[in-house]
Amino acid sequence: MTAPPDTNREPVIRVRGLRTQFGPQVVHDQLDLDVWRGEVLGIVGGSGTGKSVLLRTIVGLNRPAAGSIHVLGADVLHGSRQDRADTERRWGVAFQDGALFSSLTVLQNVMAPMREHLNLSHGLMKALGELKISLVGLPPFSCGKLPSELSGGMRKRAALARALALDPEIVFLDEPTAGLDPISAAAYDDLIGELKRALGLTVFMVTHDLDSLYAICDRIAVLAEQKLLVEGPIEEMAKVDHPWVQAYFTGPRARAAQDKT
Amino acid sequence: MTSALLSLDDTGDPATLRLSGRLVTETLASVEMDFRNTTVQAPALQIDLSGLDAMDTGGAWLIADLQARLEKQGVRIAFSESDTPRTDLIAKVAAALPKEEGIEDRPRGIIPWITGIGETTANVGRSMVSLLSFMGEVLSAFAATALRPRRWRPAALVSQMEETGLNAIPIVVLMSFLIGVVLSFQGAAQLRQFGAEVFVVDLIAISILRELGILLTAIIVAGRSGSAFTASIGSMKVREELDAMRTLGLDPIVVLVLPRVIALVIVLPILGFIANISGLVGGALMSWAELNVSPGMFITRLHENTDIWHLAIGMIKAPVFAAIIATVACWQAMQVRGSADSVGRHTTISVVQSIFLVIAADALFSILFAELGL
Repeated sequence: MTAPPDTNREPVIRVRGLRTQFGPQVVHDQLDLDVWRGEVLGIVGGSGTGKSVLLRTIVGLNRPAAGSIHVLGADVLHGSRQDRADTERRWGVAFQDGALFSSLTVLQNVMAPMREHLNLSHGLMKALGELKISLVGLPPFSCGKLPSELSGGMRKRAALARALALDPEIVFLDEPTAGLDPISAAAYDDLIGELKRALGLTVFMVTHDLDSLYAICDRIAVLAEQKLLVEGPIEEMAKVDHPWVQAYFTGPRARAAQDKT
Repeated sequence: MTSALLSLDDTGDPATLRLSGRLVTETLASVEMDFRNTTVQAPALQIDLSGLDAMDTGGAWLIADLQARLEKQGVRIAFSESDTPRTDLIAKVAAALPKEEGIEDRPRGIIPWITGIGETTANVGRSMVSLLSFMGEVLSAFAATALRPRRWRPAALVSQMEETGLNAIPIVVLMSFLIGVVLSFQGAAQLRQFGAEVFVVDLIAISILRELGILLTAIIVAGRSGSAFTASIGSMKVREELDAMRTLGLDPIVVLVLPRVIALVIVLPILGFIANISGLVGGALMSWAELNVSPGMFITRLHENTDIWHLAIGMIKAPVFAAIIATVACWQAMQVRGSADSVGRHTTISVVQSIFLVIAADALFSILFAELGL
């Protein structure tokens, strides 16, 4: 993890000079960020520093006031509609509360993106949907359940299954382990790690879970003061001379999480 | 995009299956049948992955599925490589394959549909009881709150009155004005045949004051505010806000339902009155234009011939209609379960039921007033 930066690594997400604001409130200003292929990037920051806003901006749900965003080489903000649609097929997003379609069963939720974008037989889509659901660790009987019949943790897993439906190259996760019990959270971390190894997945993860940060994140980016304050492997975080970063990475919880790994 | 290719060499032992190209989810459709149709005579099969340019979970699933099927037939499977990310992925997918066939899906078809009809019928009775008990709850909450001015919620009440009353005035005025115009126009055409044009005043006055003004206002308010009540309280229920209120010692009936019911009971008679005026104005203008009944004459005839009871009967009905609309809307909101879909369904039910009950109540009022000889 502490290997020197590889000069020919490929950026899959490149954000330059990003400025986001809501009315007079500036969330990001002059924010630069690179995400490299095959890494798990953890975004941390205090409440209200715009972690989720950054995620939403990169996937095109928020329009920034200034700056440029390239994902997989395509310009997300100014590219043609077709380019955007092609790029959207290559990423998956799992929202904080799942954001599953409440009138569809879990299996139908996972099949929904395949139905829209792929020309597969119903049987194959169903089999792939069941596979994705099984991959994220949900029991087979959950396929026919409606989202409202699932627990919070199961909804998060179902949301990941839907995000993985098209076998994307990048997965965006918003607080994936928040609200999970420690065992499920650890299993979720393992799952992300395995998928990353097996599929070469790039993961952009907004999280507060120090265990996840230590367990699976290759690199941490700290958002504060409207920009990317520091970035680097977690070992370097404790050396950063900034009160918030110090408090975050050297606090008792951080030490406990570090001891586990 | 280039697709994947299979080439099977079944002559040797082990047989070899050579895969090449991009075996990814997008290209699966073209090779799905090839995989399904692959059969091997030899006792062992070597799967050669080295020619693959790309493989994802979809591709791995096809391979794992083939592996599982052939192994069931007693064929030993080996891969050309081991401990690579690809074989790991295939192993992971194989481990995740559903163990048994036939994962239960939602039941579909004719029988669940018939069962659904039966359940709906049985639910009608249950929902009547539930509506009555909800009305009881609202009344008892009202009685408990009315005696304690500290528990009144004037801010919520006023804001509801603004939303359901003040903001509804334009549409109510316009609708009622047009009804007055239509009545006058149609009435004139018929009455002219008898030379009894001037009776158009009585026609308009009685039909609008007694029935149409209030009834149509109630229908508009049911569509406008009743649906809003159900949708807003229903969404709060979905997001567990009502449960949160209960744990904080707040009664949702007092906090959410009472202000809405009271606001509508106060506001609907006012809206109805405005509708009456507007309907009369519309009728008067049309009679002037069409029948040369001047506004002065219209007013004089209105004074002389129209009993004040016509207005009173209309106004008496208004608070009852308001109570029906608000109670049904809030009651339907309480029936919302789980999903956004459910909010939509109950909003529809709320509007349909409240309009139906308003018309039914109007019919009962007609019988009552006829018996009373009014």
